[in-house]
Amino acid sequence: MNSLYLKNGFRFVLLVIVQGLVFNHINLFNYINPFIYILFIFLFPVRKNIGPFLIISFLLGLSVDFFSDSGGIHAAASTFIAFARLPYLKFVLGKSDFDFLLFHLGGIPLSKAIVFLSGLTFVHHLIVFSLEYFSLSEFVVILSKTFYTSLFTIFLSILALLLFSKRK
Amino acid sequence: MQQLLYFLKRFRYFLLFLLLEIVALILTVNQHSYHQSKVVNSANQITGGLFNKVNTINEFFLLKDENQTLADENIRLKNQLEQIKQFQNLPSDSVTNIASQAVAYFGAKIINNNFSKRNNVLTINAGSNNGIEQDMGVINSKGIIGVTQRTSGNFSTVLSILNSNSKINVRLKKSDTQGTLTWNGLDYNICQIEDIPRQALLEVGDTIITGGKSAIFPEGIPVGVVKDFQFEHNIYKEINITLFNDMSAIGHVQVIKNFRKKEQELLEQQANN
Repeated sequence: MNSLYLKNGFRFVLLVIVQGLVFNHINLFNYINPFIYILFIFLFPVRKNIGPFLIISFLLGLSVDFFSDSGGIHAAASTFIAFARLPYLKFVLGKSDFDFLLFHLGGIPLSKAIVFLSGLTFVHHLIVFSLEYFSLSEFVVILSKTFYTSLFTIFLSILALLLFSKRK
Repeated sequence: MQQLLYFLKRFRYFLLFLLLEIVALILTVNQHSYHQSKVVNSANQITGGLFNKVNTINEFFLLKDENQTLADENIRLKNQLEQIKQFQNLPSDSVTNIASQAVAYFGAKIINNNFSKRNNVLTINAGSNNGIEQDMGVINSKGIIGVTQRTSGNFSTVLSILNSNSKINVRLKKSDTQGTLTWNGLDYNICQIEDIPRQALLEVGDTIITGGKSAIFPEGIPVGVVKDFQFEHNIYKEINITLFNDMSAIGHVQVIKNFRKKEQELLEQQANN
């Protein structure tokens, strides 16, 4: 249990710093910056009591906001996908109940993991860009930015998962 | 009472979720209205310090370009100095006499540059300890960059001209036609000008400089050249400006302190009352 805290605490700090210092400044094709820090939300242990998880996700987003000078945009988006994670996971796996303690992302089929990642990433990015632009008239820009940035984030997330998780 | 408790218990996660979302949205709205108090910004010891550390590493790789820019500017300033001396026959030390100056420049460095978002905010490595205050103009040798926003001891955030809250008074170099510099969020090399009167004569290639009507920027700082525009129903629409500055590659900047700013603002306030 202790190592679980340590692992997630380390992951939190690492992802925020890497996001703030590296991935906020990638500027692929001049404007694509992936939000790789949401990996933390995908990898956080699934529990029935989601109170701490919601608060930690909020703090995660807020930390990224400090680096990006963006008010509470990332905090709002992170909290939202943290809240949506469990229902969406149940929907993807087609199960209403599963073993919370034993679940980890490396243990489910890769195709389902990708569907899980992509859905939450897309929703997260849509919230981020909608709040950033804050106007309906720029809907097309918001959608295109969401789409291309999501592609990049999903690609990097899968790469990170394959590299760093022990898949059998 | 019991029902209320039951309700709270049943929906506790949803209520927590709502609470957190409301906090996040309040922070976001605060950010969008520029003059309100802002809690979340990168002008603090932790993020500022980290940006500074990374920047010292990046700086090493950019030394050559940076040196070239500084050398070019040196030559330009020396030439200007010589021209002034010719006309005024000044003693050589009077140029450095700050007390008689209307504006002074502080050197600073951008340690966190952003240009790909809709609302871009930069961080510089100078703060209140270095004399930086809110609402000071930030420029470099090529043109304008933004206006200082929040300051801490050693860092400040700068509202980039690439931000929907940025509105800067500019004018045509060839005539006194005034306008407002804005940004539509599409291309970081292209800004827009609004409020150009219909009787103004505008051509592609006209140079745009700061107007000097606000106390933030002195008059005559280069901004860009007119790229294209539309003239429909006797009104200028979508005047696009190509910036002189490449906003994706800015390093050393100068922050402008206007010694007569308070005087000007006080006078304007009195006139308005």
